[in-house]
Amino acid sequence: MKNLHSEILFNRPVNDRYWKMAVDVTALEESVRPGQFFHIQCSDDWRNLLRRPFSVYKFDRRTRILEFLYLIKGSGTQALMKKRPGEMLDMIGPLGKPFSLPAGDASILLAARGVGVATLHALAQAVPAEGRRAIAIVSAQKRDDLLAVDDLRQSGAQVYAVTDEDGTSTMDQVGKLAEMLIEDYGISAVYTCGSKRLAKLMQNLATIHNLYAEIAMEAHMACGLGDCYACACPIRKEKGIEAVRICSEGPVFPLRQAVLS
Amino acid sequence: MTWRPDLSVKISKLMLKNPIMPASGTFGTEMSPFIDFNRLGAIVPKSITLNERSGNKGPRICEVEGGMINSIGIQSKGIDYYTEHIIPDFAKYDVPLIASISGDTIDEFAILAERLTGIDRVAGLELNISCPNLRNNGIAFGMDEKTTNELIRTVRQVTDKPLIAKLSPNVTHIQDTALAAEKGGADALTVANTFLAMAIDTETRKPKIGNLMGGFSGPAVKPLIIRLIFQVHQVTSLPIIGSGGAMTGQDVIEMILAGASAVQVGTANFMKPAAMLDIIDEIADYMMRHHIDKIADLIGKIDLE
Repeated sequence: MKNLHSEILFNRPVNDRYWKMAVDVTALEESVRPGQFFHIQCSDDWRNLLRRPFSVYKFDRRTRILEFLYLIKGSGTQALMKKRPGEMLDMIGPLGKPFSLPAGDASILLAARGVGVATLHALAQAVPAEGRRAIAIVSAQKRDDLLAVDDLRQSGAQVYAVTDEDGTSTMDQVGKLAEMLIEDYGISAVYTCGSKRLAKLMQNLATIHNLYAEIAMEAHMACGLGDCYACACPIRKEKGIEAVRICSEGPVFPLRQAVLS
Repeated sequence: MTWRPDLSVKISKLMLKNPIMPASGTFGTEMSPFIDFNRLGAIVPKSITLNERSGNKGPRICEVEGGMINSIGIQSKGIDYYTEHIIPDFAKYDVPLIASISGDTIDEFAILAERLTGIDRVAGLELNISCPNLRNNGIAFGMDEKTTNELIRTVRQVTDKPLIAKLSPNVTHIQDTALAAEKGGADALTVANTFLAMAIDTETRKPKIGNLMGGFSGPAVKPLIIRLIFQVHQVTSLPIIGSGGAMTGQDVIEMILAGASAVQVGTANFMKPAAMLDIIDEIADYMMRHHIDKIADLIGKIDLE
């Protein structure tokens, strides 16, 4: 990990709430892995003192171009969206534990809701090189919010989009869809991010079908490095429920350890 | 050879190569890729408690204008882990280690102090009697002068290590608790801890901190801390460690002029992991610009004429 000042290559809207940004990380020697994040200073304004964590959306090993997909949520992301190409972005990373894949070459299932699709996209992008395929269920409130569907398809993923607007995203429907995909594609692992309800559904399916399963979690962070314990969340460990740092012990955890109630 | 100003300061028996140290809870070994710990005046690991504590429920922090509110609740693995892992982790650095201790009772403070007294690597003890996140409504030992005095007197009996009392800013008259700590046997005072605060999300009407209230820190509190340092310095000759809102070398100089001998850097570490090194360089620049040989000569030198 490093504190980098990286040049912004583009920063543009995907729709009215989501933006995409690319930065040049040639200064970074180490690899960037799906599930990891960068801790970014969104502005120099003291209204936005703290950095914000952004998960890796896309990383091109060859060109060393790193992309983030972000939701305009508060004053920090509002400031970030004003950054222009050519400006430098102060970021620390890559941070956190990445996703891991079980042995074999069976297909994997991704289940994302909202901006949770960002980190799962990085995984979808990485699996073809491992000789396996990603099948993605992408859920959103509105059709307009179906983020990353085209990018996922381009990365070789099979995408199933569901929305509240179309009435296709109830847990019952998504559960049936996932069951079918697990059967049809011989899924061996499931990965989820962005919704507690969706994660709970996947947790149950993973238990029933004995699948390897991981979740990417999020929390407000201060240091992002593991020193301050600001981001600690309850996780089920052998000894019982413990407060675990999302930044350094996660953000990726075994799905069975997630406390979702 | 170019002339370099002397940044060394003395806190009781502790000789620090410069006045900069981290504020407890904002620093740890995870920062080592970004900062050479050997350049710091002192190292202060996160407060330790006797037994394991899981900390408070989230959200544990929120950002506010000019700062942040935290209510971590001293998540801690207990004293055994601290002596077996945390102290050895810092052993390779040639910098005094100040152990910050916290407890639910006066006895717990005393037990911790006794345990740490036997460890040579521990150069001093900071008594965190002012964490606002352990009990309802931010009540802390350091809000009452009698309790402050009794606590420090009790700990004083079990240790000869330098004792630094971290005072609470959440009091009407900080001079009273400062003097109570001095009479109890404190060797130095940290002025101060975070300010008890609250924030509400107007969209959801929910408190922004899971534990309702938390401690406010960051650049916005600096003028309050300058005032507190000044007030404490006027009533006691004990060395003062300023703590609250220092983001730059100039902020540190301001605290020193108000009466601080050393300064803790907290929230700035979150913005920039190498903040303390930049601050040390900025202090040296200031001294060269003003032809000041020794930083210690500047302590309390506010010009009131």
